[in-house]
Amino acid sequence: MNNVIQIENNVTAKVKNFFRRTAGFFAPNDDKPVHPFKAIVYKEIADHVRSWRFIILVALIALTCFGTSFTALTGISKAVKTISNDEAFFFLKLFTVSDGNLPAFFVFIGFLGPLLGLGMGFDAINSEHNRGTLSRVLSQPIHRDYLINAKFVAALVVICLMLFVLGFLVMGIGLLAVGIPPSAEEFMRIVFFLLLSFVYVAFWLNLSIFFSVKFRQPATSALSGIAVWLFFTIFYPMIVNVVSRVLEPNMMSSQLYVTSYTWLIKGMGFIMPNQLFSEATTTLLVPTVRSITPLTMEQIMGTIPGPLPLGQSLLIVWPQVTGLFAATILCFVLSYVSFMRREIRSR
Amino acid sequence: MAEHIIELVDLTKKYGDFTAVDRLNLNIRKGEVFGLLGPNGAGKSTTILMMLGLTDPSSGMVRVCGIDSTTKPLEVKRKVGYLPEDVGFYDDRTGLENLLYTASLNGFSRNEAVVKATALLERIGLSDAINKKAGKYSRGMRQRLGLADVLIKNPEIIILDEPTLGIDPKGVREFLDLIVELSKEKGLTVLFSSHHLHQVQQVCDRVGLFISGKLIAEGDIQTLSQKLFSSSPYIIEVGFSDDKQSVNSIETLLKRVEGIVSIQPKNGHFEVSCVRDATSDIARTAVNAGLDLKHLYRKEYGLDEIYSRYFEGGVDHE
Repeated sequence: MNNVIQIENNVTAKVKNFFRRTAGFFAPNDDKPVHPFKAIVYKEIADHVRSWRFIILVALIALTCFGTSFTALTGISKAVKTISNDEAFFFLKLFTVSDGNLPAFFVFIGFLGPLLGLGMGFDAINSEHNRGTLSRVLSQPIHRDYLINAKFVAALVVICLMLFVLGFLVMGIGLLAVGIPPSAEEFMRIVFFLLLSFVYVAFWLNLSIFFSVKFRQPATSALSGIAVWLFFTIFYPMIVNVVSRVLEPNMMSSQLYVTSYTWLIKGMGFIMPNQLFSEATTTLLVPTVRSITPLTMEQIMGTIPGPLPLGQSLLIVWPQVTGLFAATILCFVLSYVSFMRREIRSR
Repeated sequence: MAEHIIELVDLTKKYGDFTAVDRLNLNIRKGEVFGLLGPNGAGKSTTILMMLGLTDPSSGMVRVCGIDSTTKPLEVKRKVGYLPEDVGFYDDRTGLENLLYTASLNGFSRNEAVVKATALLERIGLSDAINKKAGKYSRGMRQRLGLADVLIKNPEIIILDEPTLGIDPKGVREFLDLIVELSKEKGLTVLFSSHHLHQVQQVCDRVGLFISGKLIAEGDIQTLSQKLFSSSPYIIEVGFSDDKQSVNSIETLLKRVEGIVSIQPKNGHFEVSCVRDATSDIARTAVNAGLDLKHLYRKEYGLDEIYSRYFEGGVDHE
């Protein structure tokens, strides 16, 4: 009996300790010094949360969240009738269905995610420089990369929290409105989708941090970020379009030419981060998508149409995810190197 | 060891072809107030950045408190408080919060930091503005907050880069007094860079004179003027009432006086540099030549003269 009580006490002590430590991360003990890196992260998070810019961005994205879930809910009744019973994944429709007035949730994230990333990073370094705080902070006993890493981490924490909160809110609304709980697989698909959106936003965040290191004026860095974004969403597809029309195979073209042509056009799309994102999200949220790249007749032959399991869907989007990761890391490395090399002078 | 807290040996910094700091040798003793005097772009700030390890020297060595700043900047920065030129604060935070942030970067716990920061803010006379946003601070208040920010880490050395820029004269005097008091109180070594010679003269024990990356002279004000004026230690101003005589003829006339090194016309009068006190000889020559002597004045040597001779004319400093 005593033993049981003791074990119980141990367990409660451990649980308490765990909670104290978790709480300690968010509300540090006032008697103990915090690690300087954490101190910068705390400050940056506080700055983000307090800033009007962040509030506006959150409001914008929350609005689209509710707007899209509303349209999805109105559209879903129609969708339900057409869906046969064995085609489950009803819950995922919340994120993909639209009634035509508003684009679906995942399209919106693809559109607003860059804005969020760019908005949070475009003045990360240059505003510190212009305020004259950069040289003051760097003359404290911290490594120089603490600052840029902490800025990156803080923005990521904020973005991650926000995306998950909004995603789960949409799920909650759907749950209340429809009354059908998501299956475990659907839930995992949504979590992966949110993680993917997170990586996508992180890419744009890094790009804008890079510009904020490179350009002294926040306006210049914001504009260059937006320019890259517009280039990829509007102009680059046009270029791809022109190229594809010029090289279009005709009746006489060989089979080899046709295949290499499709691969070329596809490959040109692969360097667009938004293309990578939309392909990956579609595959994740619409389990019936079987392949992103063109399939040959032999590959299609003998397949049974039907949804893919989660693992297979993940395998399909793996190149896209890797590509997004690579682009994110590339941007981060660029900004890191140029920041470390920079000579810090006062204003 | 105790006497030299900052040692610079053959310190050189090059930006491409431009040499910002040229083979600089300088020792600063513990507990003294040292003034770096020089015009803008003389390499004062670059030297300071190298002392803190914020910029790597092209060659040479910096030792602060016996630690190499280039290889161990972190340890140096723990012991050195640096107030950059035109310091900035987070405008949307209060003065106290700004100090607390610096304290947390220096590894103080929040409770410790609150006590220290409040005491410091009181000491520098900002206790009324403790919860005011730093963006609403006046220029002078910001500079004093900067001083508190530097002192919160209990430094051994404080480096102030042009700290009096843009403060009104009364504020400057108060600020300088505060620096001197605090350095005496806490036994600090102070390095003070400025192009304002009067302020340097007012507070510094020793002065180093910087021109285009080179240290022309160092020492207290007396030795400095002796060193600098060894070739022509006397400056005499001579003015004549009639302008009939051409500048050239007056110059040739005065050149005859023994011991005169150079004559420079300056706003209606002449500045004569000479190796001995030739005041009476100049007067006699002028009167004998029939010129109406209107103004004759032997200048005292202060930093003013050092300044005007080295920064404004004569010496080539590109």
